[in-house]
Amino acid sequence: MTTEKFLYGLYNDDEILVSGIKKLQEKGIKVNDAYSPFPIHGLEDVLGIKWTRLAVASFMFGLGGLTLAILAINYFMIIDWPMNIGGKPSFSLYENLPAFVPIMFEFTVLCAAHGMAITYFTRNMTFPGLPARNPHPRTTDDHFAVELSFRTNEMEVNDLKEALKETGVVEIFEKERITKFV
Amino acid sequence: MVKEAEVREPLILGKDVTYHKITEEVCAPVEGKANKLWWGVFFVALTLGLWGLGSITYLIGRGIGVWGLNNTVGWAWDITNFVWWVGIGHAGTLISAVLLLFRQKWRMAINRAAEAMTIFAVMMAALFPGIHMGRIWVSYWVLPIPNQFGSLWVNFNSPLLWDVFAISTYFSVSLVFWYIGLIPDFATIRDRATGPIAKKMYSLLSFGWTGNAKAWIRFEEVSLVLAGLATPLVFSVHSIVSMDFATSVIPGWHTTIFPPYFVAGAIFSGFAMVQTLLLITRKVLNYERYITIQHIELMNIIIVVTGSMVGTAYLSELFISWYSGVEYESYAFLNRFSGPYAWAYWSMMACNVITPQFFWFKKLRRNLMISFILSIFVNIGMWFERFVIIVTSLHRDYIPANWSWFHPTWVDIGVYLGTIGLFFTLFLLFTRFFPVLALNELKSILKVSGEAYREKKTEDKTPETTA
Repeated sequence: MTTEKFLYGLYNDDEILVSGIKKLQEKGIKVNDAYSPFPIHGLEDVLGIKWTRLAVASFMFGLGGLTLAILAINYFMIIDWPMNIGGKPSFSLYENLPAFVPIMFEFTVLCAAHGMAITYFTRNMTFPGLPARNPHPRTTDDHFAVELSFRTNEMEVNDLKEALKETGVVEIFEKERITKFV
Repeated sequence: MVKEAEVREPLILGKDVTYHKITEEVCAPVEGKANKLWWGVFFVALTLGLWGLGSITYLIGRGIGVWGLNNTVGWAWDITNFVWWVGIGHAGTLISAVLLLFRQKWRMAINRAAEAMTIFAVMMAALFPGIHMGRIWVSYWVLPIPNQFGSLWVNFNSPLLWDVFAISTYFSVSLVFWYIGLIPDFATIRDRATGPIAKKMYSLLSFGWTGNAKAWIRFEEVSLVLAGLATPLVFSVHSIVSMDFATSVIPGWHTTIFPPYFVAGAIFSGFAMVQTLLLITRKVLNYERYITIQHIELMNIIIVVTGSMVGTAYLSELFISWYSGVEYESYAFLNRFSGPYAWAYWSMMACNVITPQFFWFKKLRRNLMISFILSIFVNIGMWFERFVIIVTSLHRDYIPANWSWFHPTWVDIGVYLGTIGLFFTLFLLFTRFFPVLALNELKSILKVSGEAYREKKTEDKTPETTA
């Protein structure tokens, strides 16, 4: 487990947070991250965060699920134990395909959804039993925090604090945060 | 900040609502103590639920013979209840997934409770095919597991197997979708909790949620993609349930109209149940400012639209049975509306086709008492719909010597009432321990659709603020 000490500024409004980050960036201060009780649209552009590729992951999981379903149904129904049901013999996957579509679809959705959910939990490092990692308990209520790293900003601590003060913060504090679990 | 048209009614009422007030009000039932009314209803529901579990135990011990089924009527209340519960479950996914794709902001106040209802309803539904097997201890035979019976596989051509995959996928995906939305709200309760047990429990439930910018991006992407996956899923599930009937050769079941007709019926009955639950919840938990009259009205509009679709399906089914010229088909429907089960058919018609038509009137749509009473009618009517489809199609077999009748036994009644009891027990527990409204989503629309901020905007007439 790796921890790092950060400088936090707490705001009481989302619009002040966004304008605050812009003001800090104008001064050449690098903003590491921001914490909010709900998603703020446009924040990723201000912070320069790339959009997630979870949708691509989901598509891949779905594709995997579909492939698995086709292979498995082909094995069960055509190769291993072909059955003549209702006068419709199971000689080839192609001829029986319509009846197999529902389960192929369901299995695709099953894999796409759960694969993405597991990826989501892993990327966010959210699993049962992990400690809360938001800097302040009110960032899940009505406050918004901006996170400044001492490593990437070469300014003096007091200068950083001074710059934060000018952006309309309600509180400034330093706190250690877990950055990596492994 | 995106501005909303002035003509739209605000979705969050109250001029003094702030982010903090939303947190306070939504967390109040979780942090406070339950009142006597809650305990009273909980006790009744739990008793009923335990009675149901007792009936199920008796059923498993003695076998399916203790139900009123016979050789002719091989499916009755069991499958009626199964389809009824699955149908009810559909509204939750419709609200959270379909309305999300259509960017309907009014879903945000009702989606959490509706999804909880979905999950509990699907749990009740899944119970019925399970116990209907008779030998529930071999229920794993429905899965394609390598085995020693000559490596015999389940039949992938059968709609009953499609159902196994559809229901299990639907249940697990809905559960994950619901839980991912709950995590940030559990984090809110975690950060507010004072007691050590509550702190520990909500800490565990919130998975260590951080709420940083990237986590929220991922959250939004997951919600969107899961909504995109859940939308075709929800339509496929009830289509497949209808195919349990439609792919058979029983007159009255063998109909191509079944999938769309069942899906419309499912949404219809689901919204009625959401209405029944939320009209009480908003009153008891003081959520009138979030679940407004407008929310009730919009749900009533969906009820009248889907109700009319169901009505059209009933009538076209009736017409086609005559127009097809198939004797068996004609007789099945003639028997439905004039045979010994005509009372069930006409109860269904009255509850599902006539009662929702009252919602064409705005005054009635916005009346809470009328909405509540009509939602109960729809719940009853949709149960009768499944009963009519299943029992009246079966009870007069091809040979008159095999004609029969269905009498529910105390076990039939006990299991059905038991599932209602269990459903309400779970829902009542949900209202005490879970955030009933989606906190983070409500906060994200406060400045756009909240009455408090709309007033401010019109007062100072400032141009758009930066965001």
